Amino acid sequence: MKKLIIAAAMMLTVAGSVHAKEWKNVRIGIEGAYPPFSWTEPNGEVKGFDIDIANALCEEMKVKCTLVKQDWDGIIPALLARKYDAIIATMDITEERKKKVAFSDKYQHIPARFAAKKGTAIELTAEFMSDKRIGVQRATSMDTYVTDNFPKAQVKRYGTADEAYLDLKSGRLDYVMIDSAAISDGLLNKPGGDAFEFVGPKLNDPRWFGEGAGIAMRKNDTELKAKFDAAIKAIRANGKYKELQDKYFDFDVYGD
Amino acid sequence: MSLEAFFLWFSQFEYVQLLINEWPLYLSGLWTTLWLVALSLFLGLFIAVPAGIMNNSNNWAIKFPAWAFIYFFRGTPLLIQLFLIYYGAGQFLANNEHPIALAIWPWFQEAWFCALLAFTLNTGAYTAEIVRGSINTMPSGEIEAAKAYGLSRFKIMSRIVLPSSFRRALPAYSNEVIFMLHGSALAGVVTIVDLTGAARIVNSRYYAPFEAFITAGILYMMTTFVIVFLFKKWEARWHKHLKPLKV
Repeated sequence: MKKLIIAAAMMLTVAGSVHAKEWKNVRIGIEGAYPPFSWTEPNGEVKGFDIDIANALCEEMKVKCTLVKQDWDGIIPALLARKYDAIIATMDITEERKKKVAFSDKYQHIPARFAAKKGTAIELTAEFMSDKRIGVQRATSMDTYVTDNFPKAQVKRYGTADEAYLDLKSGRLDYVMIDSAAISDGLLNKPGGDAFEFVGPKLNDPRWFGEGAGIAMRKNDTELKAKFDAAIKAIRANGKYKELQDKYFDFDVYGD
Repeated sequence: MSLEAFFLWFSQFEYVQLLINEWPLYLSGLWTTLWLVALSLFLGLFIAVPAGIMNNSNNWAIKFPAWAFIYFFRGTPLLIQLFLIYYGAGQFLANNEHPIALAIWPWFQEAWFCALLAFTLNTGAYTAEIVRGSINTMPSGEIEAAKAYGLSRFKIMSRIVLPSSFRRALPAYSNEVIFMLHGSALAGVVTIVDLTGAARIVNSRYYAPFEAFITAGILYMMTTFVIVFLFKKWEARWHKHLKPLKV
């Protein structure tokens, strides 16, 4: 009996290590609070562009994927703590983040934008923005952009984009700065959203917003990165990407 | 973790970098925490003393409002109270033309005011219970003596009952002060950059949760030590008469 248990345990260990090497099972960290990229239905199901992309990539890579929900501001630490193996959550590929994690090639590129009450003026200068109340999601590339460029502004950092929209509506904020597609879906196209609009230009300066959004992984998982890169290429080529994109957007989210 | 690995971790250079770059943020966060908590505690006393006295009354009409207030604020989590005030104000007072709403919205618009209000009411309710308990356990002999001297009810309250109760409430109150300090970590959820808020910003910049939060934890701990030390001093001073006599 004892021998049997040891043998079983050894087999399990071997099987486990094989799993890890060949990536039969990939756990993917998602946010679940950033429509249209990912949101949580009342019944707890997560949906959105990121989720569909994740499923399409896993199908392409022929691996079994498990989605793990994680708040945004802990999403990289949880990856490093091995709570999951990859992040698919509209994460911009920035130099800052590259110090901690590896990125796949980009799978989408959506500019960030400011939004405010209709008719609000905006100038992207430190002077004009001083004392303006700007809402961002904590730990996003917009957070870094606003912090770096408008040192005298009152930057308010929120856990989710929805909380920032609430405070914009109540007048606690002058502007929010978030991914443009997220603003469209989460604020402008929602009831009461017609009082607000985009202000200022589309922002995609690579210094802050990188070359687009990619899949983040731990730096030593190079095989996994190669797999994801190949899968992104494949779904771009076979039309799956376009099909998913058209489900959510009426423009090209991949960018140039 | 082996000892070797521990030293390797400990000598990691990045944490030192983090401290050098971010100490002003931590200090400003600590300052926000300190004034928010100190002001809440101070204002809370003005609620707690009347509410505690009222809750001790035998008259139902006096007792009930105090009882209901204490029951609500002790019966719900501080986080819920903060959300109710912060988002409730956003929902009902903002974009509202009613003169009262127009008058008070500029205050409720500020996150610090919402947090201050929630903390004040919360600590007021808890401290009221401390006050009530302390008054209740007043030695009856002292009150009888005061009555025998012909003091009025008001004089008995202000000269005999309250001073004695405050002294006896001190140890329990020091607990409440520490709880409030730690409870104030919730201020971060409504955009206030208190000590915890600062730690969350640092975490988001360095993706180093342990380093970011241990720094905040140490600062909270140091603050707690100062509070404990001060209360010890005050107790030694005001409880002199309770100590056994040295012959």
